[in-house]
Amino acid sequence: MSTATTPRQVTEVPFWFGTATIFRREFLAFFTTPVAAIFMVIFLVMSGVMTFNVSRLVDPQGQAALRGFFNWHPWLYLFLVPALSMRLWADEHRLGTLELLTTLPLSMMDLVLGKFLAAWAFASVVLAMTFPVWLTVSYLGDPDHGVIAAGYVGSVLLAGGFLAVGSAVSASSHNQVVAFVVSVAACFFLLLTGWGPVQSFFKGWLPPALSDLLAAISFLSHFVDSFVRGVIDARDLVFFATVIAAGLWITGLLLQGKRRR
Amino acid sequence: MAASPLIQARSLVKQFGSFRAVDDVDLQVFPGEVVGFLGPNGAGKTTTMRMVTGYLMPTSGTASLAGMDIATHPREAKRHLGYLPEGAPAYPDMRVEEFLRFVARARGLRGAEVRAGVNRASDLLELGKVRRQTVETLSKGFKRRVGFAQALLHDPSILILDEPTDGLDPNQKHEVRGLIRRMGEEGGKAIVLSTHILEEVEAVCNRAVVIHRGKTVFDGTPEALDQRAPAKVTRNRLDHVFRELTQDQAPQAGNKDDEVAA
Ligand SMILES: Nc1ncnc2c1ncn2[C@@H]1O[C@H](COP(=O)(O)OP(=O)(O)OP(=O)(O)O)[C@@H](O)[C@H]1O
Ligand SMILES: [Mg+2]
Repeated sequence: MSTATTPRQVTEVPFWFGTATIFRREFLAFFTTPVAAIFMVIFLVMSGVMTFNVSRLVDPQGQAALRGFFNWHPWLYLFLVPALSMRLWADEHRLGTLELLTTLPLSMMDLVLGKFLAAWAFASVVLAMTFPVWLTVSYLGDPDHGVIAAGYVGSVLLAGGFLAVGSAVSASSHNQVVAFVVSVAACFFLLLTGWGPVQSFFKGWLPPALSDLLAAISFLSHFVDSFVRGVIDARDLVFFATVIAAGLWITGLLLQGKRRR
Repeated sequence: MAASPLIQARSLVKQFGSFRAVDDVDLQVFPGEVVGFLGPNGAGKTTTMRMVTGYLMPTSGTASLAGMDIATHPREAKRHLGYLPEGAPAYPDMRVEEFLRFVARARGLRGAEVRAGVNRASDLLELGKVRRQTVETLSKGFKRRVGFAQALLHDPSILILDEPTDGLDPNQKHEVRGLIRRMGEEGGKAIVLSTHILEEVEAVCNRAVVIHRGKTVFDGTPEALDQRAPAKVTRNRLDHVFRELTQDQAPQAGNKDDEVAA
């Protein structure tokens, strides 16, 4: 006769429950960190500055499409998004809570996706808080609402792309400051490769295939040249989806690597 | 008696660069067994526990919990596990109650089960007073108790506790030891706890495993451990055995203050 206790049967939970549990903790945690508050204040103040600088919002045709507003987003995100993503994993390493997380019955995907989605949702909430800018241009002029909506979609995707890069960088570091600096550098590179002067510099000495590749991976060209002009192109959607998937996949690999070390 | 082990580790090896922290450790723990895991600083206790719980991947060897391989069926294996990692890590910004609720959900409990699990674990570890405090404001002992409570939320059949009584006051040590003993005797759990307090092994464990430089050097009952000391040693007998097992040269007779001639 077996004297083994039958392990207590744990109720089966839906597949998304683990991701949702991580998401919930992380999302709420953003509201207790000063960095998130700073992110919110800087982002909203900057968009406020834009609002007062109305001449920039309303383009010469009298069509307010908020191009000036959205053109700023890549450069605001460059510093603000790494401030959000730096603590994602660096803090887990430092506090030792990664050991707790990885010994819970959760998959690596639950952890990586839950954290990423929480940061992305937080950034989206902050972006949504800029809606008074939209109201203002609607009041002052006759904007093309479709173009503005495309700008918001693009801006959300851009933030997601930066966050995925920041997530991977954060997974490789114990130190938040290091994670921040490296993320800013990586995101800066991904912006610059699509910036006109840098592109022509590369064209001068790199083989065309390589300089075209560098231009193709730029966050800037996939945002400023499309969404901000009101164009939602499947290629840009696929681009950002690929960047996000790649960033999260690398995050998972780096975390698995820590366990193998 | 054909009980199957709840914890089964075979030939675990962990190599950090050129340093072999754990060298071919086997461990089988059956229901109702409370194993005291002993060894000097750096012996490889934490590293072994980390491999058994699935945090670190072993360089070679396998581990399974409740019959589930931790490498191939990690989620199924971890459902049966309550683990207190070294240093009782927790999120400093969270309130104790929030933290416990989070871990309960992550363990797959839902709704009323979460509340019941948190209440039961908080009662067992006497966390009533600090439930609304944030983790960063807790004293060392309370932080450790929160870490222990976290491991009990889902009433697991396997408990792996890395220094569960470290930093507790004498009263709390007594309480927690009683709790661990009862969970083994009455709860039929398989429990492994590491400690540096040898009396703790006599007080709560029905088996002791000593490792030294990553190798198992003793595995048996606490009484058998005690028997290894020569009869002339009358005080701190376990200390004597421990030193003998884990010192590179055998202690010389007559120069130890615990070797008091009767
Ligand atoms: N990530 C790591 N990289 C390199 N060496 C490590 C790593 N983790 C542990 N070690 C080494 O492995 C050895 C065993 O460490 P471990 O933490 O398992 O010891 P321990 O028995 O738990 O000691 P203590 O009683 O001090 O807690 C130590 O020499 C330690 O320095
Ligand atoms: Mg240790």
